[in-house]
Amino acid sequence: MPKENGGNKRTGLLEKVQEDAKALKEFFREKGKEELEGLKEPEKTQLFRSIFRVKHDETPRNRALSVLTNLFFHLHPAKINRDAVRYSYTWGMGGITFYLFVVLTFTGVLLMFYYHPTKIQAFRDILYLENDVPFGKLLRNMHRWAAHLMIIAVWLHMFRVFLTGSYKRPREFNWCVGVILMVLTLLLSFTGYLLPDDQLGFWAVTVGTNMARATPLLGHEGPFGAQLGMTPYNDVRFALLGGSIVDANALLRAYIWHCIAIPLIAAIFMGVHFWRVRKDGGISGPSPVMLESEIKEEKGPRPVILRPSGMR
Amino acid sequence: MWGDWHQVWEIVSQPDNVPIVALLFLVPFYVWYACRQAFATDRLIAQLETDPQLAKTHHRKVFPWKAGWDREVHVWPYLMRIEFLAAIIVTIILMVWSITLNAPLEEPANPNLTMNPAKAPWYFLGLQEMLVYFDPWIAGVVMPTLIIIGLMVIPYVDANPLGNGYYTYRQRRFAIWTFLFGFLFLWVIMIVIGTFIRGPGWMWFWPTQTWDHNRLEFAVNRNLDQIVGIDGSWLAHLLPQTLKASSPIIARAIFGIFPLVLYVILAAYLIHLICNLTAFSRKIYKRMTLLQIVTVQVLLVLMLSLPVKILLRLLFRIKYIWVTPWFSI
Repeated sequence: MPKENGGNKRTGLLEKVQEDAKALKEFFREKGKEELEGLKEPEKTQLFRSIFRVKHDETPRNRALSVLTNLFFHLHPAKINRDAVRYSYTWGMGGITFYLFVVLTFTGVLLMFYYHPTKIQAFRDILYLENDVPFGKLLRNMHRWAAHLMIIAVWLHMFRVFLTGSYKRPREFNWCVGVILMVLTLLLSFTGYLLPDDQLGFWAVTVGTNMARATPLLGHEGPFGAQLGMTPYNDVRFALLGGSIVDANALLRAYIWHCIAIPLIAAIFMGVHFWRVRKDGGISGPSPVMLESEIKEEKGPRPVILRPSGMR
Repeated sequence: MWGDWHQVWEIVSQPDNVPIVALLFLVPFYVWYACRQAFATDRLIAQLETDPQLAKTHHRKVFPWKAGWDREVHVWPYLMRIEFLAAIIVTIILMVWSITLNAPLEEPANPNLTMNPAKAPWYFLGLQEMLVYFDPWIAGVVMPTLIIIGLMVIPYVDANPLGNGYYTYRQRRFAIWTFLFGFLFLWVIMIVIGTFIRGPGWMWFWPTQTWDHNRLEFAVNRNLDQIVGIDGSWLAHLLPQTLKASSPIIARAIFGIFPLVLYVILAAYLIHLICNLTAFSRKIYKRMTLLQIVTVQVLLVLMLSLPVKILLRLLFRIKYIWVTPWFSI
């Protein structure tokens, strides 16, 4: 009896398990089918919606929202002048400059993993980077050529902004921020020149900083420098190099300026620059031409710096 | 030795000189590209000026326009796709450039072995070239500072309200010529000279001329006071006994002020004339405040001093105009 009973129980349990498994299989199959079907529209998934929040379709509302709800895109307005997207007007040089800055930050951080800013190791690190590190040569080449390209892009950007008169009211201040950014770009490139610690960088920086000797008042060879007590050991060149010659301290200073200080300063100015582009009414044009006959006569002299209350 | 094309190739193929070779093509291209659009706009402006009725109805751009078109487009996708494409193209250019051309690496730094020529990075070669004509405190410190200040001052001294947001030449002749002169002649061409022309000892080697490391150049440059013959002999009669020995120095220092003042007056007057060349430029000049006029004059007189000094050096072999014990100009 117990044997039979037990046998019955066992077969009953087995059947139940088999039945459950079958039901579960059916259940999973149904679910899986449904969900696989759902994956054909990935933008309806919770994952997609949690990241992007907006449907990816062609309605004007969602096109606007895809820009406005994205941190990286929201520097842009949702809509712009139809002619402002023309390459012939903008030349795209400002955007390319920013992209090159991103490329340089990326390759620069990777380069920092392989570099010690010391007289003993710096040059060897470059040799190691070029010969032993996987893709090290490519990394270094990219960093250098992107830097050169960035300078050209900055100049052409400034050239375009000048020729389209985009520095005029209300964008005067942003032009000044741009000039500062250009100087920072040149300084970034210049401080990086010394870092390989080779003859090229050494003599370029020697030539460059020798000019600081001649700074009026603050350099020991400059006009009235000697009269003010400037020597090779306390003048502005000494402050730049951390010594009287281009040596270990100069290498460390160049490294810190290049990798930390100037990029930080430049990033802050870049933030201001982009923000002001928006706040000053977006990019300057192409705007409708103004005719000479439409110039408004100014009442009295235009106060540029001092603008007393009550005046425009 | 002339006809040395190997020398040309050696300079042009220096990896760090590639950007300047690129600049030689890019800058003229974009100058042409901007001119083309500026002249197109100018034709439109001329048309609208002669036809006031059209000026009221025209959309006033050189770009095509049809009634019913949206004035604005969505940034996503119409701008984003351009930015994305630009990023891809720049990445491809960079990749190809980085694979085909290696960044230069010379011998380890050696303070005892001077590179000849020792050149600054290419973007500062304009300043280094300026060293030929000016002392380091001017070429290396004063001029760069003035360039930065001068650039930042532009929006505050430009009293011309026209040409804001479109390419034009007609409406901004003076501004465009000034900028082109500064950017092309005093910056880009100086860089090109510093790169391709200046050889060992920073001496002038024409293209296809071999860089001769043994070449000597005899110093034939003289100061203006030497040419005129200022030796302080008649000043010595006026000075007390104790100062008689230094009368040549004092005479030179006093003499130099005169040509300098003469230059400032002439240059300022020339700039004044150019500022008032046409009826339109006179109209703009009237809109300027005194502060703006003075700022423009000071900056342009200083800017003009570079080409003037270059000409004085090349034509008359003059080194300094004004020699004092503390500095020379």
